[in-house]
Amino acid sequence: MNETTAGPILTTEGIPLKVSLQKAERRNKIRAILLVAPLLLFILFTFLIPIGDMLMRSVDDSHINTVFPKTFKEYKKWDRQDLPSEELYKTMFFEVKDSEGYAIGKASTRMNYAKSGWKSLLKKSKRKFKKIEEGPYKEQMIAIDKKWADMEYWKAIGVMVDARTAGYYLNAVDLKYNVDKEVVRQKENRRIYNHTWFKTFKVSVLVMVFCLMLGYPIAYLLSTLPLKYSNLLMICVLLPFWTSLLVRTVAWMVMLQQKGVFNNLLVMSNIIADENRFKLMYNETATIIVMTQILLPFMVLPLYSVMRTISPNYMRAALNLGAAPLHAFWKIYMPNSVPGISAGCMLVFILAIGYYITPELVGGKDGQMIGNWIAYHLKTTLNWGLCAALGAILLGVMTVLYWVYNKLVGIENIKLG
Amino acid sequence: MALPSYATTGEKIGWYGFLTYCGLVFFFLIAPIFIILPLSFSASPFFEFTREFMNLEPEAWSLRWYRQMVGIASVGDTTVVSNKWMLGTRNSFIIGISATFLATALGTVAALGLSRPNMPFKGTIMAILISPMIVPLIITSAGMFFFYSKIGLTHTYLGLILAHTALGTPFVVITVTATLTGFDTNLIRASQSLGADTMRTFFKVIMPLILPGVISGALFAFITSFDEVVVVMFVGSVEQITIPKQMWAGLRQETSPVILCMATCLVALSIALLTTVELLRRRSERLRGIKLRN
Repeated sequence: MNETTAGPILTTEGIPLKVSLQKAERRNKIRAILLVAPLLLFILFTFLIPIGDMLMRSVDDSHINTVFPKTFKEYKKWDRQDLPSEELYKTMFFEVKDSEGYAIGKASTRMNYAKSGWKSLLKKSKRKFKKIEEGPYKEQMIAIDKKWADMEYWKAIGVMVDARTAGYYLNAVDLKYNVDKEVVRQKENRRIYNHTWFKTFKVSVLVMVFCLMLGYPIAYLLSTLPLKYSNLLMICVLLPFWTSLLVRTVAWMVMLQQKGVFNNLLVMSNIIADENRFKLMYNETATIIVMTQILLPFMVLPLYSVMRTISPNYMRAALNLGAAPLHAFWKIYMPNSVPGISAGCMLVFILAIGYYITPELVGGKDGQMIGNWIAYHLKTTLNWGLCAALGAILLGVMTVLYWVYNKLVGIENIKLG
Repeated sequence: MALPSYATTGEKIGWYGFLTYCGLVFFFLIAPIFIILPLSFSASPFFEFTREFMNLEPEAWSLRWYRQMVGIASVGDTTVVSNKWMLGTRNSFIIGISATFLATALGTVAALGLSRPNMPFKGTIMAILISPMIVPLIITSAGMFFFYSKIGLTHTYLGLILAHTALGTPFVVITVTATLTGFDTNLIRASQSLGADTMRTFFKVIMPLILPGVISGALFAFITSFDEVVVVMFVGSVEQITIPKQMWAGLRQETSPVILCMATCLVALSIALLTTVELLRRRSERLRGIKLRN
């Protein structure tokens, strides 16, 4: 048509076709966005913002700055060589004396993370400062408690004077600030997190490997069997997927405990003596066994959906050309199923690394993962900064994996049975 | 793929060995779920198969834990415990059903938008919408605990319903998007050219076709909420007992076989839901003219 008309093609309304199409395209785009917007906003407000808000706590040190604003301002003038001046003692005195007990309590907990002893010092001082009427304050404060004359305590404040801190992240990998704000290792008996991180990765990798070892053969079987059998067997994979996580954990407790089904069977068939029952519960082994069973469907489903697209003719051709069955499998079938393997492994690893319920119930002391420590700090110690820092690191690792998964597999290809 | 008639002995051994291995894996998957069914009828207060129970002696079998679960207990203080189970069931259904409705509505509409060919940033948005399924529950719970307490949503049913809706939507988005692949958009054009407006087209043309996907998504969202315990523990109050929360408490404090009875009921529920979803999936594939598996 372009050959006959010189100008651009026009619609019946006299607008150039290109403009009109662009307009329609834009309208469709807006419609699509409007359809997605409600859910996107919902997820933003009920899910993403809460998580972001929590992550902010991992660097937040502002509370203590609202309790001791003047002291911290005065503190910045101190040369850190000798004991502070009377002026600094005086501001400290009034801010401790005049603050509410609740605020001081919360601040002293924070100060105790920087240097232990602060909490008891402030508690005692808060009580005794009431009796002091007038200055000079320095001597009177030191008379109440000798810690007020200890340089270490004064120096430790330096770690907290900024409203932002990296201290919780250091704690999360067994490091800390010393009183001079240098990064040092935690004391021997307080190094727990590096070990836990390592264990979390170890358990996740083992669970992933076991899931692959158990899941690959049955996915292969399912994809090669005739439909009426494979549909029936597929139920066996999907039923655990649909069964409550707690129900499955209870079931495993019944199976694995000292007087559980597994040990009873072994004793009854005289394989082991009654007093040598295996300790299968409340340790790392239990965590791995139970998590493998719980996450196995997440391995089988992606594997199966890839495997059923592999034509059986490939294997037939290889066998026909004289390859031994195992050789043909290794050279022909395996490489074709790699997308399924990577999808399954990624999914299982991502889900395993953040597990909390199962290790808590069957892991005992030895099977705890990083998720359990997050919960512990959230509800027991109330050290929310550390809780958030551990969460942020975990989330960072997950986000990278999730991104890789999205690139490799495409998130829209997740299958749910 | 069966074994050909000319297979050698070695191949036969290999094949049957493979089948045995697969059988064991299926057993590993299924056995733990079914082991609790008989045990819930045991009279013993511990989670174990006693010798009398195995010999089918009538006095070792009883319905006492079921009676306790529904609240007909003769022993003094146990009535309190059993009432908690019924309270939990009620709460679980209230939260689960509300969250399911919200999640299904939001998720279906979003899936329709995502399936349009001109949706910008499709991959990124999809990744965000699916993320509640991927982020560890303990991190989600911690975030919601802090934020919801700031805006006064902790210890309320609304807070729990909103939280469970967020957790359930990824499943709806995934199933409905899957149903929409291969959806013939000409049907929409045909409907519109015959004079139907957008709403009429949606309810009369699109909805019947994607309904199987929507229902599967809804069931997934329901079971997610019904099974969720971590968020309930941190966002809910002490009195807001749900079934999984009561099970959790039971496992950590008073290990009572009532847990096994509730577990048996939940297994029955999951079998019912699984069957429904399987039937729906086949119906949907038939409707869209996609060949069944294999």
